[in-house]
Amino acid sequence: MNAGTGIKVIVTMIGLDGHTTGAETVSMILRDAGIEVVYLGCNQTPEMIVDAAVQEDVDIIGISSHAANYDQVIQVVNLLRAKNIGDIPVICGGNIPRSRFGSLKGSGIAEIFPPGSSSEAIVGYIVNNARKAYAAPIPEALRAS
Amino acid sequence: MALPMSADAPTDICAIVRALNAGDMRTCARLITRIERSEPNLVPLLQALYRAGGHIRIVGVTGSPGVGKSTLVSKLVAVWRKRGLRVAVLAVDPSSPYSGGAVLGDRLRMKEHSCDEGVFIRSMASRGQLGGLAKAAGDALTVLDAMHWDVIVIETVGVGQSETDIMRHASVVVLLQTPMGGDDVQAAKAGITEIGDIFVVNKSEHPEADHTVRQLEEMITLALCLHPEKTWRPPVVKTRATHGEGVADLAGHIDGCFAHLAAQPETARLQLRDRARHRVGELLHYMLEQRLRSGVGLLPENLIDSVVARASDPYALAAGLLARMD
Ligand SMILES: Nc1nc2c(ncn2[C@@H]2O[C@H](COP(=O)(O)OP(=O)(O)OP(=O)(O)O)[C@@H](O)[C@H]2O)c(=O)[nH]1
Ligand SMILES: [Mg+2]
Repeated sequence: MNAGTGIKVIVTMIGLDGHTTGAETVSMILRDAGIEVVYLGCNQTPEMIVDAAVQEDVDIIGISSHAANYDQVIQVVNLLRAKNIGDIPVICGGNIPRSRFGSLKGSGIAEIFPPGSSSEAIVGYIVNNARKAYAAPIPEALRAS
Repeated sequence: MALPMSADAPTDICAIVRALNAGDMRTCARLITRIERSEPNLVPLLQALYRAGGHIRIVGVTGSPGVGKSTLVSKLVAVWRKRGLRVAVLAVDPSSPYSGGAVLGDRLRMKEHSCDEGVFIRSMASRGQLGGLAKAAGDALTVLDAMHWDVIVIETVGVGQSETDIMRHASVVVLLQTPMGGDDVQAAKAGITEIGDIFVVNKSEHPEADHTVRQLEEMITLALCLHPEKTWRPPVVKTRATHGEGVADLAGHIDGCFAHLAAQPETARLQLRDRARHRVGELLHYMLEQRLRSGVGLLPENLIDSVVARASDPYALAAGLLARMD
């Protein structure tokens, strides 16, 4: 069994950002760690991402943000909270200037992975921080006799 | 007894059934997750849902990897939405046999339906299940059934020749091919008239498209000669899913196939019996498997070793185990 077994994530671009390479690479890294990735691709609005999060019942959302569309990333967090699913962490990767880290985290972005972040760091963060209630193993008492 | 649920998701059976009947997507989504996790305490709920269900049209879409299934499903959903129908899509993609993880890419092709209250799309990893579907697919359909969709579509994993599971879950199966290379036709030959109720030649802008259509028509004619008892001749439809071409035509044929089933109650009854039989067989299989795994004493190492040493054999051991189960 892999570290990521039982975890389901969304990986997506947001807004008009068309740089899919990073998101596609991350998707494959996560897959190889045992994680199930719902890949949404580009041209996603915050509403579309949150809609997908509800229907897919994911445990964490990863947004690849190369363009300077941070407002939209924060909008995802706000929409999740408004829908009462603010317990789904939102993480961000891509070419984000360090000077923005503080304000993004202050707005509810759980973690930021700048270019050069290791696969281990990303997988490790997801394994430890994905919404836990459903990724937890089934209590022994509930298993079929 | 209940596992932790999010604030809004109901836990007791009546509340869950009510929420599903009212079309609550969050309850549905959470339930499908719990089904995928094989939570055993879901069985009474699934029993209740199954007994109340069975009224919804289920369309299966299958075909080799990359033939355009998801793109076509998205366009079909658009046609149905224009008619005011509410649609659920269950899209299965393969799990990596090495890591168990998956990249689920079907939803990516169905963007046009995001944020539409009348459409529910759920991606599902096959988790090692062969046959084109996921183990959880049957129960997920039972849940979707309770939500009063007008149509449910299941897209299978593109697995080439072994998509037979879909016939046991969908009333109408659409089998896609492309005109390229002829490999698809080869792959489909084995089960062509067994699996498909409707054949689609997608990517029909390709110059070989008409040729592929003719090949399919010939095969269907041949198969009908061999099985004169069959009352439905599968139509062959050309589509260009990326541009929506031929999709309205396909929707018409799907209606036609359901109408045919309605007009042939005996055929429909046989299909339902076959499905029920298959579902029972599936569950029996899982239950046996679980028993074998959970019952530590059931398959002791020394018995396995006796097979390894060839003092016993797998047939004797399997029969012995079966005999010992209540
Ligand atoms: N030229 C052409 N390309 C098409 C057509 N339909 C789909 N495609 C393209 O074919 C590729 C695969 O399409 P999908 O819809 O993802 O195919 P699929 O069968 O769902 O793929 P899997 O689920 O991975 O097996 C995409 O790049 C589509 O844009 C078509 O009619 N013509
Ligand atoms: Mg697909």
